[in-house]
Amino acid sequence: MVGESAQRALLREDDNQLVVTGVSKKFGGVTAVQDVSLDVPRGSIVSIIGPNGAGKTSLLNMISGFYKPDAGRVLLDGKDITHKKPSDIAALGIARTFQNIALFSGLTVLDNLMLGRHVRMTAGVLSSVIYWGMAQKEDIAHREAVEEIIEFLKLQDLRKQPTASLAYGLRKRVELGRALASEPKVLLLDEPMGGMNQDEKEDMARYVLDVNQERGVTVVLIEHDMGVVMDISDKVIVLDRGRGIAIGSPDQVQSNAKVVEAYLGVSKGGDRS
Amino acid sequence: MFHRESGIFKTTYAGDMALYPLPIAKWTVAVLVLVFVVILPLTVHEYYLSILNLIFIAIVGALGLNILVGYTGQISIGHAAFMSVGAYTAANLAVRMDLPFWITLPAGGLMAAAIGVVVGMPSLRIKGLYLAIATLAGQLIIEWTINHVPAISGGAQASIEVDRPSLFGFSFDTQHRLYYFLLFFAAIAIVATLNLVRSRIGRAFVAVRDQDIAAEIIGIDIYRYKLLAFAISSFYAGVCGVLYTYYFGIANYEQFQLIVSIDYLAMIIIGGLGSVLGSIFGAIFVTLLPIVIRILMEDVGALFFTQAEIANVISGLRLGVFGGLIIFFLIVEPEGLNRLWRNIRSYFRVWPFSY
Repeated sequence: MVGESAQRALLREDDNQLVVTGVSKKFGGVTAVQDVSLDVPRGSIVSIIGPNGAGKTSLLNMISGFYKPDAGRVLLDGKDITHKKPSDIAALGIARTFQNIALFSGLTVLDNLMLGRHVRMTAGVLSSVIYWGMAQKEDIAHREAVEEIIEFLKLQDLRKQPTASLAYGLRKRVELGRALASEPKVLLLDEPMGGMNQDEKEDMARYVLDVNQERGVTVVLIEHDMGVVMDISDKVIVLDRGRGIAIGSPDQVQSNAKVVEAYLGVSKGGDRS
Repeated sequence: MFHRESGIFKTTYAGDMALYPLPIAKWTVAVLVLVFVVILPLTVHEYYLSILNLIFIAIVGALGLNILVGYTGQISIGHAAFMSVGAYTAANLAVRMDLPFWITLPAGGLMAAAIGVVVGMPSLRIKGLYLAIATLAGQLIIEWTINHVPAISGGAQASIEVDRPSLFGFSFDTQHRLYYFLLFFAAIAIVATLNLVRSRIGRAFVAVRDQDIAAEIIGIDIYRYKLLAFAISSFYAGVCGVLYTYYFGIANYEQFQLIVSIDYLAMIIIGGLGSVLGSIFGAIFVTLLPIVIRILMEDVGALFFTQAEIANVISGLRLGVFGGLIIFFLIVEPEGLNRLWRNIRSYFRVWPFSY
């Protein structure tokens, strides 16, 4: 699906944008994630796969600062962000989408995307109340950036629609737009194609690739559709019951015995079809 | 008139984001200004002006509460207490230090904002009904404190008399003059709120209301914004309290009891949560309702009952009718008067071809 782009050829093994080292998270007696490490090279697409309850979303939550790991560290561009607040992590350049879409349903598509730029804006209370002047100028400048994303995601005719009224696939796209609006360095996507039909999946895969190649955003995604994962990923990590059981290129992972076991159960050598 | 939007194409982002996106709306504003600045004060009897004055004050308070409850989604039953903080701050400054209103007014607002942040702190951990109870506690504590600390309340009556506000020797001492005084602040409050809610801050408030987790993930510090909402809302409440004080010429804790908090909640719920126009509608409705009920009862009731009987019934019936109407409106239009207005408008927008 993807040729070796120039950008991809430049990927260097040691140039990691995001480094997760040995993170663990327990909830009461349940271990959600245990000692997982992951290097995300700059400009790559890395997929996290695994059966339900494997700890994929928990891992994303720790990267985006929503959970604090019990052990381990998360580094963004070499800087430790493990114990920062989610809002500060967003400002540092990590954006994400949610498995069950978390848009601001009372607001229009436009306002949702403008909110994505919140961390890039500075207007305070006083200039907001006065509005004419500084705040207006800022709003217009950022509106231009948002319009560029609206065009990229083909949302032009939905600008003024409240997001509550949109179809599922469109809401997923708006959420991607909101994440992009913050000009992230790293984009975390939690099942961006979940619940979509084949056409919508292909559209979304196209958008993810464009985001990665044209905008140079590093992408970490959780996805269940193996076809998509194997096609677009540079690197795949497989989680099972909170542990990383395999990591490597799509081909390496597909032929890994542990992965086959986690997904299909222990092979007894019989023909499954 | 009804086809105001046809043929209008916006070519700049500024035009698209304007407060009044339609050119014809400028005329609407011009007409409103003419009516409120020139026609009403010249033609209307002083008694009705005094009602308008009360409405102007209520608008300021309702806007403030709507920023907190309607836009940010944090319930507060302590709004009247914040008003009393503003009122007593201004009254003390005006009487003891002889400061003019243009100092006492912002001072009252700021003091209320500071107290509001303290009372709003539980919102960092609790939401909904639990927060309502926490703010209720705030209301009662502030009420008690003002009532029992003579240094604040000015003695046994717990009330402080203040002079009417004056500017460059011009005293706003009649209903007529107070009308302009209060209209000015109501207008500022309306424009400030309209600007606030369409700006970065206002969007963040709505984000906190709709999806606090997502708000945090996209970089909004929700704790900061919750406290900010409490501060701004309480600032409005404080200013509203100061205006009450100057309007009545006295700061009295009885004007700011729990029931007043409920009245203001009723305003924004009846008017429409999360809407500036709704706050205005609600303020008008809740201020006028008891007056209309009283006038109707006196006029209609006089045909059947004696004056004494009516006087006995009015206070009880006022509350009954008031409560009944709130329930009625919430059943008919849960989203309030503002929604009703929008429905009417969108009906006429395409009238007579409504298909």
